[in-house]
Amino acid sequence: MDSALIPKGAKRCPFPVFATGIAVVGAVLLWGVYAMGLCWLKGLNQTNMNDYYGFALWIWADLAVIAIGGGAFFTGLLKYVFGIDELKNIINLAVVIGFICYSSALLILAIDIGQPLRGWFIFWHANVHSMLTEVAFCLSLYFSVLTIEFVPLILENRQIDKVPFFHNLSHNMHGVMAIFAATGAFLSCFHQGSLGGVAGVLYGRPFAYREGLLVWPWTFFLFTWSAAAYGPCFTLVVTKLFEGITRKKLVKDNVVNLLAKISGWMITTYIIAKIIDTIYWMGVTAPDMGFSVMDFYSNNSFYGIWILFAEIVLGGIVPAVILTVKKYRENKKLLLVAIILGVFGVCLNRWVMVLQVMAVPVMSFDTWALYLPSWQEVATTILPVAYGIILISLAYRYLPVFPQEQELYDTK
Amino acid sequence: MTQDNHGKKYKFGMVIDLDKCTGCGSCMVACMSENNVPFKEDETNKKDSITWMRVFKLTNGKPFPETDICYMPRPCMHCGGKGDHGHSPCVSVCPATATDYGHDTGIVSQIYTRCFGCRYCMGACPYHARYFNWWDPKWPDGMEEYLSPNVSPRMRGVVEKCSFCYHRYQAARDKAYHEERRDEIEESEYQTACTQACPAGAITFGDLNNPDHEVCKFVNPDPHQCGKPRNPKAFRLLERLQTNPKVYYISEREWVRKAGDNYRDGEWGKEIHSSDGNSHK
Ligand code: SF4
Ligand code: SF4
Repeated sequence: MDSALIPKGAKRCPFPVFATGIAVVGAVLLWGVYAMGLCWLKGLNQTNMNDYYGFALWIWADLAVIAIGGGAFFTGLLKYVFGIDELKNIINLAVVIGFICYSSALLILAIDIGQPLRGWFIFWHANVHSMLTEVAFCLSLYFSVLTIEFVPLILENRQIDKVPFFHNLSHNMHGVMAIFAATGAFLSCFHQGSLGGVAGVLYGRPFAYREGLLVWPWTFFLFTWSAAAYGPCFTLVVTKLFEGITRKKLVKDNVVNLLAKISGWMITTYIIAKIIDTIYWMGVTAPDMGFSVMDFYSNNSFYGIWILFAEIVLGGIVPAVILTVKKYRENKKLLLVAIILGVFGVCLNRWVMVLQVMAVPVMSFDTWALYLPSWQEVATTILPVAYGIILISLAYRYLPVFPQEQELYDTK
Repeated sequence: MTQDNHGKKYKFGMVIDLDKCTGCGSCMVACMSENNVPFKEDETNKKDSITWMRVFKLTNGKPFPETDICYMPRPCMHCGGKGDHGHSPCVSVCPATATDYGHDTGIVSQIYTRCFGCRYCMGACPYHARYFNWWDPKWPDGMEEYLSPNVSPRMRGVVEKCSFCYHRYQAARDKAYHEERRDEIEESEYQTACTQACPAGAITFGDLNNPDHEVCKFVNPDPHQCGKPRNPKAFRLLERLQTNPKVYYISEREWVRKAGDNYRDGEWGKEIHSSDGNSHK
């Protein structure tokens, strides 16, 4: 039915099967849209946030999607700036994922603010000292860059490509893509960092506060580094998911292993920095403010020391070891474990840096505050996931996302 | 150590005598009616109801007969921030400059029509002094008639907090100007609603830069230490975070003073040296 749109020679499931799948995910999407409507019309009383939890599930989701979407800028940097050419076989996917992650983040932010119609005040009345201002500027600029990076791929659709104008446009855009990739990487370093700065500058919150360099707290650098390190893990998880669902090999092993190896070394350096940061915070920063480490991890029913262990060991050291050692990395099962743990680790880090910050009591007579999201918050957080699945499925079906697909199919 | 905003016109502040406070809540009520604070039908969930002034209940945690209770009224502290330069925890993070530090008064303002409700400032404030309007403001029928015309009510989706009754400062300033005193206002001309409502006289308000004002006499703030109290019975909440509040507490009771901050085992009562070279007792 839609075969004229499908890349030449590519095998895709029959249209009715595809349409049914999209319809199912579409239903979930509508549920999210309904919840979003409720939040916009009735206000944020639809959530379980409160004055102790001004930042909650949504801000975590924002930070998490941006971190795992970091594969786009980092792969772009490696390919276009450092000239690692093999990565051209996975860059398209990284860009699509990045586009989805960043558009989702912007959408969630639009739901999260109490006066959505005043969202532009962040640009108009910008306070240059605020990390959130930096986030807003870099995020929107980088999203434009991602759109520019996404367009040539869309233009490669079989029908669109037939139009000479689009064909030439796409060709020319490819030519200048290195400039955009470099700009994107530059912008990303800042907004990933400023997202880390959001928590790190809170000197009223001993759990979050970190010293730093000039105006940037250490979390600024840790966030950028971790997004670059773990972003590729998510790109690989999505590749594996695609390969599982379509029962086809889509990216050659040498490409996967190369990206996995780079990610592994990035995670290794990141986790060393993170451990040093944690030790300094435990030994100097927090005690200066009158806190012992265990004050942050006891007397409540959820945030135990296990969470620190899970973040650093399970989500950091374990994937770092698997991905850096050739023997382990080339073992398919271990590789899968490592990239999944990596994604888990970075998401957990973002969780801790948002929700645990809010949960820890600061005044000596205050109590721990725990929170469970409302269904509206959950639905609006699943909304971008559903949107992402639909967009990426459309991209896979109609665009040449995986350049090696044909070759791998022919050799089979 | 850096200097505070002395030399600037005013530095308004508050001193609360915790040994006088009975926990009656008059300050909370006075504040709500003075400042047109809306309320919910059911106010049992204190985590989402708006109380610019909130009285906390502290106990010494000891069993009878040594049990002791302290009520601690907590307005916005109007923090001077690190170094007391006006980089309050909340002001420094607001992306839209919707909350600002008045260098001529030391008061941290909130611009309701500019706030877009990101709530970053709430996350930044360790005192939970900031409140979000989760609902549209509503008053029972007829009660709108009693709203103060001097204070604008807030819309859903923005953050609000104690303003040290700023409209009263404006009124006092206008009056002084009208009487050709420029803006020299008397101590008694600008007092907050909570100060006047407290039946126990536990709250005192005035200019911390003016040695003739009661607040200054009570706590004897050290201008070279960002306004730290020199009166040994006085303290500021969470002094160690360097938020430099302009609200001071006084108590004869040691456990109460200790509850004002966090101390690790064995730190209380000793000189504490922190890594940035500050020392603290
Ligand atoms: S008490 Fe909170 S709201 Fe008031 S100035 Fe300090 S940080 Fe800001
Ligand atoms: S909620 Fe309003 S006042 Fe607070 S940081 Fe956001 S825009 Fe500024």
